[in-house]
Amino acid sequence: MDKSITKGEEVNRVVVTGLGCITPIGNTVADFQTALFSGATGIAPFPPFPEAPGETQGLRFTQSARVKDFDASQHLDSGIAGATDRTTHFAIVAARQAALESQLTHHHAPESIAIIVGCACGGRQAEETETAKLYTRDARVHPLTVIRTMASAGASNISIDQKITGPTLNISTACSSATHAIGLAFQMVRSGMVSAAIAGGHEAPLTFGFLRAWDSMRVVSPTQCRPFSADRDGMTIGEGAAMLTLETLESAQARNAHIYAEIVGFGMSADASHITQPFAEGAANAMRHALKDANATTEEVGYISAHGTGTQANDATEAAAIHQVFGPRAAHIPVSSTKSLHGHSIGASGALESLATILALQENLLPVNTGVTEIDPTLDLDIILQNPRKATPKLALSNSLAFGGLNAVLAFRLI
Amino acid sequence: MDDIATRCIDIIAKSKSIPADTITLASTFDELNIDSLDKINISFEVEEAFSIEIPDEALSTLKTVGDMVEGVTRLRSAQPPSAITTP
Repeated sequence: MDKSITKGEEVNRVVVTGLGCITPIGNTVADFQTALFSGATGIAPFPPFPEAPGETQGLRFTQSARVKDFDASQHLDSGIAGATDRTTHFAIVAARQAALESQLTHHHAPESIAIIVGCACGGRQAEETETAKLYTRDARVHPLTVIRTMASAGASNISIDQKITGPTLNISTACSSATHAIGLAFQMVRSGMVSAAIAGGHEAPLTFGFLRAWDSMRVVSPTQCRPFSADRDGMTIGEGAAMLTLETLESAQARNAHIYAEIVGFGMSADASHITQPFAEGAANAMRHALKDANATTEEVGYISAHGTGTQANDATEAAAIHQVFGPRAAHIPVSSTKSLHGHSIGASGALESLATILALQENLLPVNTGVTEIDPTLDLDIILQNPRKATPKLALSNSLAFGGLNAVLAFRLI
Repeated sequence: MDDIATRCIDIIAKSKSIPADTITLASTFDELNIDSLDKINISFEVEEAFSIEIPDEALSTLKTVGDMVEGVTRLRSAQPPSAITTP
């Protein structure tokens, strides 16, 4: 039964006032933006893992999207760096960038700021290293393994680093983690539960065991992801973090803060279908809920930042979902997947894509689907090829469609 | 400086990303900015390097690098020769 939810009479408009990132295509927002609009991919061959037990790596793929030139010791003191894993390093530094830009903690009481981040995998480096030692030679497990590996380490450490005491939590919903996190933070600021939030995602899963696990699923491209391509053959795994600062429009305007974009809607759904195979109706429902939450019509959507992993299943299903929602307009709405540039960073992917969507709105320029020359004609979508496209979308959607059928969609608009 | 002292200092230097020649036996943990998390990391590395186990109550009493070296020396000499597997 479709039950409409009555909102309280007063809701806040929610805007994005700060951005931060550590990604395979830039460790600052400026660098990320340059790569985003030049179509420069961060996907590259990775070096062999010295910890591989066999003579070969046992991997069918050779490329990933790795963060480059990131030295935690340049940002964190030794105590923190030693007690946290790579994913938390990314989280702290990206959150610092966003918080510094927005000056959030100078204008909002610490107890009224929320920290909601997405991380699906936790501290993979520590988990695999310590587990391998334990199982192979019954070695002692490092005493800081628990706090390094727990998925909430990023959220906790951002709170400690920024001295924020408001609601702080991590969301783990596989590939939709960060979008769920940003959406929840949006709802909390909108309702007045908090006055501001740091929201986003972080992930550093490029460990030997993790890649071998994905290899076994046969969904990783032996070359690199080519979303919506006629010859697409899988995803490319990545890492990184992106963080946004959210606050009410009123508070941003009162201090003349730079406003990147407004978040106007958040939709969620579950497929209730299959643990790995996506279901078009589920994805379509999430997009419909986002539009309804935004009080927007399908005609207003001028860009879709797709989940677009580059697998046969996801891209076909997502295309079908877009057609279900938008009808005849579907073939004319510009669509691209920035995973062709920064890879699929699992729990962080929704945050990197939200960042890309916000920058696209700011610059009136829609990112390109890098590396794709021929679109799968059966999808019947307007996929952006060759060059970024000049456009001024009234509304943009960012889709995240996770394993297990957990779907989350954000709607953004320029003020 | 004996081998145990040199190796302890190297572990501290690596953990704190500071030159080893800035550390002496008289250096205090406070002077070296070794906080509680650093202490846990460093003591774990020392335990692994020397195949010893530092009692929890002893950790809190360590104030200087010299205290640590003295403790490691005592624990090493208390072990039977067969337990010492590291060079």
